Amino acid sequence: MARQGIDKETTSQYVRQYGAKAEMLVQILQAIVMRHGWIPEQTIRQLADELNLSRADVYGVVNYYHDFRTEPPGNHVVKICQAEACQAMGSRALTDHACQSLGTDIHGTSEDVTLEPVYCLGNCACAPAVMIDGKTHGRVTTGRFDELVTGLKEGA
Amino acid sequence: MSVTRIYVPRETSAISVGADEVAIEIAREAKRTGARIALIRNGSWGASWLEPLVEVEVDGTRIAYGNVSPSDVGPLFAAGLVQGGEHERRLGPVNEIPYLIEQDRWTFWRCGLTDPLSLDDFRRHQGFNALEKAFADGPESVVDAVTKSGLRGRGGAGFPTGIKWRTVADTAADQKYIACNADEGDSGTFSDRMLMEGDPLGLIESMAIAGFAVGASKGYIYLRSEYPLTLSVLSRAIDVARDAGWLGNNIQGSGFDFDIELHLGAGSYVCGEETAMLESLEGKKGIVRYKPPLPAHEGLFGKPTVVNNVVTLGSVPNIVNLGGERYAQMGVNRSKGTLAFQLAGNIRRGGLVEKHFGLTLRELIDDWGGGTASGRPVKAVQVGGPLGAYLSEEQLDITLDYEAFGEIGAMIGHGGIVVFDETTNMAEQARFAMEFCAIESCGKCTPCRIGSTRGVEVIDRMIAGVDREENYDLLLELCDTMEAASLCAMGGMTPYPVRSVLKHFAEDFASSGDDR
Repeated sequence: MARQGIDKETTSQYVRQYGAKAEMLVQILQAIVMRHGWIPEQTIRQLADELNLSRADVYGVVNYYHDFRTEPPGNHVVKICQAEACQAMGSRALTDHACQSLGTDIHGTSEDVTLEPVYCLGNCACAPAVMIDGKTHGRVTTGRFDELVTGLKEGA
Repeated sequence: MSVTRIYVPRETSAISVGADEVAIEIAREAKRTGARIALIRNGSWGASWLEPLVEVEVDGTRIAYGNVSPSDVGPLFAAGLVQGGEHERRLGPVNEIPYLIEQDRWTFWRCGLTDPLSLDDFRRHQGFNALEKAFADGPESVVDAVTKSGLRGRGGAGFPTGIKWRTVADTAADQKYIACNADEGDSGTFSDRMLMEGDPLGLIESMAIAGFAVGASKGYIYLRSEYPLTLSVLSRAIDVARDAGWLGNNIQGSGFDFDIELHLGAGSYVCGEETAMLESLEGKKGIVRYKPPLPAHEGLFGKPTVVNNVVTLGSVPNIVNLGGERYAQMGVNRSKGTLAFQLAGNIRRGGLVEKHFGLTLRELIDDWGGGTASGRPVKAVQVGGPLGAYLSEEQLDITLDYEAFGEIGAMIGHGGIVVFDETTNMAEQARFAMEFCAIESCGKCTPCRIGSTRGVEVIDRMIAGVDREENYDLLLELCDTMEAASLCAMGGMTPYPVRSVLKHFAEDFASSGDDR
């Protein structure tokens, strides 16, 4: 994922793709985050200009939604479901294990792996659930978790 | 030698436990052994506990193999998988699995059966018949059928769909909208996702019917970002429908224009609330609106809007095909038709069970679910997502009926059923209810924004054994304030799980520390 900012032309391409309309702001930001992992300050300013919004409007939206990071994440993002169905299948213990195994707290990054909470992946019949770089895994035991993250830390 | 069809679901849960790897292994093994197969990525039947569930079609019968792992594939081929051969994973014909055949599949009947992205398969299984019937019968007749069906909103609130449609149909405007709420954020629920992944063309047909019935030419689907596979299936299905003239201008020469725009959420739970969703669709923060005006009068961009959940919409085609009365014959009291219950959490046979209202919760958990996955006794069951009450073991004989749940301070909501075993500390669950509200509150109203944080603090003091009785009373008072004064269900219903823990599991506060 891009640690540096996102260049002006790339941002403009997203705006053109979705249309330079205020109503597309969430969609444009989501497309940027899905591709680049975060929303740099410069991008916020540019989007405000191009969509004819105040910078405060764009900041407000960026701050409101959990998906919109304003800091670059690690190269890999591991999300562990913290919601009830997964709690019933041991997600609290799995989360503790993940923090130890990855050497970071939740919301933190270590060795290029970012650990985040997520509230439901819709995989509640195969709990506990974990999402790694956008792919959902079910029935994740601590052993399975370690298998899944081994490759990540080696700088894949 | 003819080609044997083998089905492996392309569905989030199945893939989360290895369906893609199994599919790859099947293709490789078929190549190696020279078996002529066609690999079809169907939706899931909903028996998630059996995933990955592989089916092989032999002489028109689909033979199921459950919990197939990639390493099973070689031995399965050796055992004659392509001919439906014996193997310890073999379950027999899929349409004889009791978990599936004893359901009332009204809305999910194509789910698992068909190739979700094949228009031909969809058409062979009545796809777009209801839309064609709607064109022939006229909009008025569709609204009538939906009203007669007694269908209520499956997103959680249970508002009568017919009344909503009638209101939008009767409101004059230059533009109206259908907004499909696919922001399925409640833990323990996945029915929207399964329907969208397993029968996306069915949802498209449903939205077009809704648009035709109320006079809307544009539909939006608001899909949560936690469902990336759904996004890919649904966007491809929209392209398939559009390319074949089932979306766009003058659909199939009917003179009716309708198209769908797919929007993604961005990880906000409260955007599942209809007015917050509309704000988000307009590109803004997902902050709840005051009602009135109702979305049916002034919804998206200030225009009359039908806001319906995925499963609500998905129930409509068969109501049009078979008549509202048929649907209303199922169920009990004012809870008509079927609900796609979702068995989740600590349960042996988790998955989706579409069944008419009127069963007891215990029947669902025991007969379908087979009890807990851990084998320990059930301690509590949360029904209806994070805002739903925790029911104790003694309450499980309650009938699944909106009003029956309402009477005991609980709700059926979107039909999610999350089972907890006896090892659960319910004080932690009450704390989580408040914590989740604090994390997800949109911040517009004070009882929700501040109350939830204060709630966590009060519960923490109770758990620590500080002035436990005073804090117990304070927490109940806080719950009353949040329920009475919050703008939407987020703050208004967070008290439900909290109160239920205080009422049925108060001893779990005492076990955590000494009262001082």
